[in-house]
Amino acid sequence: MKSLADLEAIRKEMLEKVTLRKDDEQGVRIVVGMATCGIAAGARPVMNAFMEDTAKRKLEHVTVSQTGCIGMCRLEPIVEVFEPNKEKVTYVKMTPEKALRVVAEHIVNGNVVTEYTIGANE
Amino acid sequence: MKELSLHILDIMQNSITAGATLVTLELIEDTAADILKFSVTDNGKGMTPEMAKAVIDPFTTGRTTRKVGLGIPLLKLAAENTGGGIELSSEVGVGTVISAVFGYSHIDRQPLGNMAETMLGIFTSHEDIDFVYKHRHNDKEYSVDTRELKKILGGVPFTQPEVTLWLSDFLKENEQELYA
Ligand SMILES: Nc1ncnc2c1ncn2[C@@H]1O[C@H](COP(=O)(O)OP(=O)(O)OP(=O)(O)O)[C@@H](O)[C@H]1O
Ligand SMILES: [Mg+2]
Repeated sequence: MKSLADLEAIRKEMLEKVTLRKDDEQGVRIVVGMATCGIAAGARPVMNAFMEDTAKRKLEHVTVSQTGCIGMCRLEPIVEVFEPNKEKVTYVKMTPEKALRVVAEHIVNGNVVTEYTIGANE
Repeated sequence: MKELSLHILDIMQNSITAGATLVTLELIEDTAADILKFSVTDNGKGMTPEMAKAVIDPFTTGRTTRKVGLGIPLLKLAAENTGGGIELSSEVGVGTVISAVFGYSHIDRQPLGNMAETMLGIFTSHEDIDFVYKHRHNDKEYSVDTRELKKILGGVPFTQPEVTLWLSDFLKENEQELYA
């Protein structure tokens, strides 16, 4: 059973590291639309897949977060990827499986998964 | 919504959008009383009485100028379909309390679903907001207060991979324990 003492241990371990994850300009941000339409279309497990997969891969420079309505209900779940000095990439009709592919191909290897982007789905 | 935990996520999202700095979720499953109920209390910007009335029942307002949301009406429908209902009380500048009651054994009640996933996403996405979460199932109960977690972490964020994974397991285990 996980206890608060583990958390204390994690803190000690982390404070010895130099690379704490933080929301800096250098980082990659993955933002999942989480208004009613997004949630109903399955945004929560998509966000969870991004969160757990990037955490397991220890991608310290990546943050995953949720936001309100992105404004295109019929294309939900929608995920936006922001990388420094690059144009925003918008993925639509996402699933947890697609999320794993985006992490492996786009976030880790830098190749946008074009077939899931809004451009390919309109 | 397929799960009540998705309604809960949606309702908490309203509190976050309203600029709350503290959001409390109390969730109670009482099989003897045959009810499942939850309340979300926030210190966000609140609503005027007219606004509160309009959001509960958007279809009966004469308003056509404003796009009315779906979240609260959907929750209301889900609760009423099980013989329950919702209550909303709000004050401008003070905050909002919204509560919902469901018939526990009613055939139309959605399953509670994945509360661990709902809370993990909320905690890690809004580190500047504090959350208190209490979940009781009959005589078993657990609670999480992000202020306590942050105190222990001393500045290490929830988004740090090791912390995210710990939180995920912590929530999953505690949820499971309630039904053991
Ligand atoms: N906790 C709250 N504090 C202040 N205002 C709120 C709160 N909850 C709801 N509201 C107001 O009520 C409106 C309707 O909420 P509702 O969840 O039904 O729809 P919405 O959030 O606007 O859109 P969505 O369909 O994405 O949920 C909100 O836009 C907001 O103005
Ligand atoms: Mg809403």
